[in-house]
Amino acid sequence: MTVSPEPTSSTDDRHRDGADRVVAAADVTFGYAAAPVIEDVSFDVGCGEYVGIVGPNGSGKSTLLRLVLGLHEPDAGKCRLLGHPSLAFAERERVGYVAQDVTENTKRMPITVAEAVLMGRFPHAGFGRVTESDRDRVREALHTVGIEQLADRKITALSGGQRQRAYIARALAGEAELLVLDEPTVGVDAESVDAFFELLDGLNDDGMTILLVEHDIGAVIEHAARVICLNREVYFDGPPAAFAESDALSRAYGTTLGVGAGPEVDGS
Amino acid sequence: MTALGDAVRAPYDLLAWLIGLWSDALAAAGDALGIGMLDYVFMHHAFLVGALIAVMAPLIGTFLVHRQLALIGDALAHTAFAGVAVGLFVNSVLGTGISPYITAVVVAMLAALAIELISEVTDAYNDVSMAIVLSTGFALGAVLISLNTGGLAVGINQYLFGNLATVSRENAALLVVLFLVVSLVVTATYKQLLYVTFDETAARVAGINVAWYNRLLTTLTAMVVVGAMQIMGVILVAAMLVVPVAAAAQVARGFREALLASVVLAQIAVLLGITLSYRYETTAGGTIVLVAVGVYIGMVIAGRLQSRRSVVGDTAVTGRIEADAEESPGD
Repeated sequence: MTVSPEPTSSTDDRHRDGADRVVAAADVTFGYAAAPVIEDVSFDVGCGEYVGIVGPNGSGKSTLLRLVLGLHEPDAGKCRLLGHPSLAFAERERVGYVAQDVTENTKRMPITVAEAVLMGRFPHAGFGRVTESDRDRVREALHTVGIEQLADRKITALSGGQRQRAYIARALAGEAELLVLDEPTVGVDAESVDAFFELLDGLNDDGMTILLVEHDIGAVIEHAARVICLNREVYFDGPPAAFAESDALSRAYGTTLGVGAGPEVDGS
Repeated sequence: MTALGDAVRAPYDLLAWLIGLWSDALAAAGDALGIGMLDYVFMHHAFLVGALIAVMAPLIGTFLVHRQLALIGDALAHTAFAGVAVGLFVNSVLGTGISPYITAVVVAMLAALAIELISEVTDAYNDVSMAIVLSTGFALGAVLISLNTGGLAVGINQYLFGNLATVSRENAALLVVLFLVVSLVVTATYKQLLYVTFDETAARVAGINVAWYNRLLTTLTAMVVVGAMQIMGVILVAAMLVVPVAAAAQVARGFREALLASVVLAQIAVLLGITLSYRYETTAGGTIVLVAVGVYIGMVIAGRLQSRRSVVGDTAVTGRIEADAEESPGD
């Protein structure tokens, strides 16, 4: 009878398998062979976690999100999403996705807030008919994010912060268990950014798993429960307090350190 | 062969009968109301075909315009022109009787795939591939016509500029079929098309095969373009895909609302345009487009007035919500 394995190796085995994790990446490499964007990256996210990914511009943060979401195929390694291989993941309604404000692309598109949020219901029932209960979900979701008064507004008439709330509502309407956000606060004014992060905190308190890519390191340290610092490879993976004290940031950012860092990060 | 012929014959007979009914109804209405232009069967066909186009074109056009693919109609119209030239050329050389419509549909669909392929393979902007396909289509059409001048040029003219008088019962039947196909496909795939149009990445995350729906949209566009070609003329077909949609976007808040508004505005443009073109003996395509542009200008003005009126209300609501958002953390 052997003794049960060391805790670390047991954790590693689970990482490799990733079956019980919401998100799992194992030894993932992606990009041109000579200059990979992502190299040998492993991390996972458990149920109910709030993980923030930070890193300099071009560090592969968004690419990593796309890999775990199954939008790209890794050159090496494996990504899993909610227990399934990301590329074969079919239960799409379980994942909510919020990117940078997409208004640039849809500046003139007439679409109401309610119509945009209703899209969260589309993957349910294989894109069948929208029912009254779908519309109820939309109303609830808009209420949760606090913009139910704007349901019939044209979405382009909203402020950046309100619009991002609408996209969160789209994920909530779809009953997502995992919220993936790719730099959601770009172009949103400072006050609305604070309110936006408080909304995420509230959702996380209610059990939502959050994977956030964010350029504002200060906000990640303040709100996320775990920080991953990425620049092609993982420089740090742990609690925000330890991250703030480590030299991972200066190593990952090189000489560009300090430009976007919040007051909590000294960089020393 | 006979079995196939019979299989096609029965539905066609039904369609022809229905179109005959439509014709009789319009003739009766014309008699009752004393509208002279409704005495002619070709006008009945023109109104039918025009009304069908005025549903299909804005239906597809709404998705195209808001994907910033407004020019694709133009590109496909020019390749459909090449398709017509191919059909007429083949017929005159080989003595066959292939409808130029069929060759136009085939060539336009190939062009639609070519547009996708060029931007995928060469990593070019979408409008570059559209411009290349547009030029190629027009050049091919021009060369084929020059190879066989005389009979061909006369035939081509009606496809280039449109002609109300050329809408035969067969043409009308083809348009009805096209209308049914386009309406059914758009109804069945409305949600996916909307999601892809609004937010392509989120649509992919939601499990939608974006490339497939892009292809579907361009194929439907090719079909609508060919359908509209004979009444509108290839050069002006793109306008029907774009102008009513742009007009509707000026006043509509929601997508469904915009879709309905664009269809209503297109109906107004087509019916009024056909009437005016009959009355003043002007070209149908040009008249319809000018009316559509007039409608567009009207909607721009209406939209301005509407937004000026709602600015005050907007600020009030936005301010209240911003205040709510600030208070809520303390709750």
